Amino acid sequence: MKKQVIQLTGSLFLVFAVMLALVAAPRTAGAEQSGVPLPVLSKAIKGEQCVEPANVMRREHMNYLTHQRDETLREGIRGKKYSLQQCTECHATAAPEIEEGKVRTLQPFCTQCHEYAAVKLDCFACHNPTLPLDKSSRILNTPNHDTSALQQMIVSHLNEGVAAAPGDVNYQKEISQ
Amino acid sequence: MSGTSEFTPSRRALLTGAGALAGITIASGVTLISVTPAHSASGPATSKNRWGLLIDSGKCDAGCDECVVACRTEQGWQGHDRPQSDPQWIRKVNLKDNKTGAAHSLPVMCQHCENPPCVDVCPTGASMKRADGIVLVDKHTCIGCRYCMMACPYKARSFVHEDTTGQKPHMPRGKGTVESCTLCVHRIDKGGIPACVEACTEKAGRGAMMFGDLNDPDSAIAKELSKRVTTRLRADLGLVPGVHYQGL
Repeated sequence: MKKQVIQLTGSLFLVFAVMLALVAAPRTAGAEQSGVPLPVLSKAIKGEQCVEPANVMRREHMNYLTHQRDETLREGIRGKKYSLQQCTECHATAAPEIEEGKVRTLQPFCTQCHEYAAVKLDCFACHNPTLPLDKSSRILNTPNHDTSALQQMIVSHLNEGVAAAPGDVNYQKEISQ
Repeated sequence: MSGTSEFTPSRRALLTGAGALAGITIASGVTLISVTPAHSASGPATSKNRWGLLIDSGKCDAGCDECVVACRTEQGWQGHDRPQSDPQWIRKVNLKDNKTGAAHSLPVMCQHCENPPCVDVCPTGASMKRADGIVLVDKHTCIGCRYCMMACPYKARSFVHEDTTGQKPHMPRGKGTVESCTLCVHRIDKGGIPACVEACTEKAGRGAMMFGDLNDPDSAIAKELSKRVTTRLRADLGLVPGVHYQGL
């Protein structure tokens, strides 16, 4: 009786493993070209360094902005370093889908990651993220459908403990080029 | 409840000084703590100041609306040809004494009350008074209930019914929130004067509006107020507005 149960469990496991392999196989094969597009962010127009290192900004920008907006509006403290206006100054890019690319706007820079992370962004319902187009404006990069970038990112994160995220220079691909 | 900050300029100066001392050099070329690059921050607003206006209805003319135009341009609000619901941060009010025929014209905007009823009734704390007496709406927390609009006896506040575009960088505006005169807080924080006051003097050439610190006895507005008999609108309500009118 006990032997039969073991045999049955064994064969069930085998069937399950085969099914899993069948289901998983096409996905693995197509992994290079499918998946959610990775955000590929344009380099900032001004400066080489954000107000904090990029990995800190990725994690903490919302806290910095929320904290400082309260200080500015309620206490009248102006000119501190985390401001949405300053984000716009450096990170606004021209995007063909927004006013035919005739302005540079912060929206594409923000929405790429926010869409990827499925986080609703409502700053721009009230805050105007556009600036007039000037010579220094860059064109927005297209999202990266290549999941190998994500794999590389995870591997480097595991190896070094630091994520080489899509925003970093290695993954930059400018349309204009 | 007024949110008065205890963080006075002198204390701030002391702390800023302490911050500068934090980067002590132990020996030549060796710094104990590195000082972060300075972002020249200004503020906070303190209760040492009490910003207010003095409006002389004798110098104001019914045919002139330069203050309204200036406000609209500065803050980026505009109508949609729906007078019942269009935003209106400042309006011209014409008064006439039917018995004598004497007519007055005066601009009415948020009166920046010392005891603002809009702040009392706000269920989320979005309607607030700064330490320097400027009454504002924190649109981040405004839920658009419009209770403050009902509470205000001056009809100073408006509700944004429409989607907004082309907002000014200093004045974010969004559908579903309440807004009103900010006394051009973005200019005041930089040491400037409100756009309406500027336009009344420079564009209209009337000088019917005066802006200044009511708490500073040496300010031009305080000196004028000590000389003239002025009225506050609906003074009987005890709201103590920061806007004074002369000649009513």
